[in-house]
Amino acid sequence: MSITVLHPGMLTTIQDQGRTGYQQFGVPVSGAVDPRSAAVANILAGNEEGEAVLECTVMGPQLRFSEPAVIAITGADLGPTLDGVPMDNYRAVRVGAGQVLRFTGPRCGCRAFIAVAGGLDIPEVMGSRSTYMKAKIGGFKGRKLEKEDVLDLRAPGTEPKALEARSIAPEFHARTEYTLRVVLGPQDDAFTAAGIETFFSGVYVVTAEFDRMGCRLEGPEIAHATSGDIISDGIAFGAIQVPSSGQPIVMLSDRQTTGGYTKIANVISADFRILGQLKSGDKVRFEKVSLPSAQEALLAQRASLRLLRHVLDG
Amino acid sequence: MDEVRFLNAGDTAVTVEFGNEISVAINSRIRAFNIALQESRIPGIVETVPTYRSLMVHYDPGVIRYAALERKLKGLLSGLDKVRIPPSEVLEIPVLYGGEEGPDLPFVAEHSGRSADEVIAIHSAPEYLIYMLGFTPGFTYLGGMDESIATPRLKTPRVRIPAGSVGIAGAQTGVYPIDSPGGWQLIGRTPVRMYAPEREKPILPEAGQYIRFYSIDRAEYDKIAEQEASGTYVCKRHPREEGAK
Repeated sequence: MSITVLHPGMLTTIQDQGRTGYQQFGVPVSGAVDPRSAAVANILAGNEEGEAVLECTVMGPQLRFSEPAVIAITGADLGPTLDGVPMDNYRAVRVGAGQVLRFTGPRCGCRAFIAVAGGLDIPEVMGSRSTYMKAKIGGFKGRKLEKEDVLDLRAPGTEPKALEARSIAPEFHARTEYTLRVVLGPQDDAFTAAGIETFFSGVYVVTAEFDRMGCRLEGPEIAHATSGDIISDGIAFGAIQVPSSGQPIVMLSDRQTTGGYTKIANVISADFRILGQLKSGDKVRFEKVSLPSAQEALLAQRASLRLLRHVLDG
Repeated sequence: MDEVRFLNAGDTAVTVEFGNEISVAINSRIRAFNIALQESRIPGIVETVPTYRSLMVHYDPGVIRYAALERKLKGLLSGLDKVRIPPSEVLEIPVLYGGEEGPDLPFVAEHSGRSADEVIAIHSAPEYLIYMLGFTPGFTYLGGMDESIATPRLKTPRVRIPAGSVGIAGAQTGVYPIDSPGGWQLIGRTPVRMYAPEREKPILPEAGQYIRFYSIDRAEYDKIAEQEASGTYVCKRHPREEGAK
């Protein structure tokens, strides 16, 4: 049982919830840029939340299934079709032998996640199946998918129970302006009061420079008290680096483990599902929240995943 | 000593900062704190990342909230002077200096006004402290190079530098753990694999250890490379003597 890549799309990689425990050795975490959507795709397909999925960027791939399988697609709506017939996102769908999954083009969001019931047969590297292309590890041969790659399934024929009931309303919606909640720090003291004010009042636009490592924004210049350089320290997912140019860069899954730019704030975990869907031209505002409320939001989001699993699997 | 600062880095990590300079004293406090933290078995700690002057602590707020974590970390800090830290290890890293493997050795020699052999002797004398790892998997930020062989980076970076290359950039020295582009002056190459993803312990060096380079000839290089290929090479290491340079 396998999936043949007829066309790889713009950038399709295998990702799970990331490679933890190796940052002290300089190994980036990687993993899905929108971890929430990857987890939801897995739950809909009846998998463990941390199962490896396909992360498809803007232009999705063309995939042919050799045997029947159950899949679920979440995150961005990239226009999925099965043998040319439009199919729903956020729904577990049975794919027949020989059928071809295609994407007609992006309608909203940046990254779609395809989960296959039973999981993909991909070896773990340092405890994760996530692809980290720069070091050529994880995923399919450490690289993005290419034409004629063949992905094996770990448990062909797996079908979750109550297939027809396995759907929810799409969670990502296009907006004219997105709000990302942040907690200040770790280097908010490296900025002037006016600089902080600019950061929270300005509208920032996602530039063409956005990849799995980071997302470069453009907008009102954020003023430093002295400079944008620091002695290198650790970088968390969602960290907002502001180098001396005063233009923010939000750090994503493939970020380096350490870096030498000031970080004014950090996007809260509960909003990674928005952050991971931003693409060139999208407008963003930042809103300050307290650390306790950020943690409440994350725990509420996790509770909703548990509830979803409970409702679907009983 | 500077006051320790707790800097939030989002809702699942905190940076515990011990100072604002690159120093052996600060780095050894970070190492002691990291060891104390590992031994404390505080629930909810996901991983820690030591850097020049701080320790980033990643945690799961579903297990421990920030306020409780900060209390526990402060408790560890107050007892830090009593933590028994084992002596740092010194990794012995063999290097084939010069030739095809170290094409920039003549330039470094010329720049520092010394012979190639003198550069090798100076480069392989110190025990270099591994302040931190970062940049790429297994890349070590080393301290302690003799300033007399400091050499600026190449004006035009090379497109591909082979893994194992040993280089100098300004007053820094280090080893490229994976093939990558880069602008360091290459003075040699080690057959030791600093990074091998399939190995049980994929990355050889750890922050807080020291590295000493020693010069080998081609026969020795080939022998070690062969052992590395078959997975039988064991890197020489020993506890560091107090007061060593």
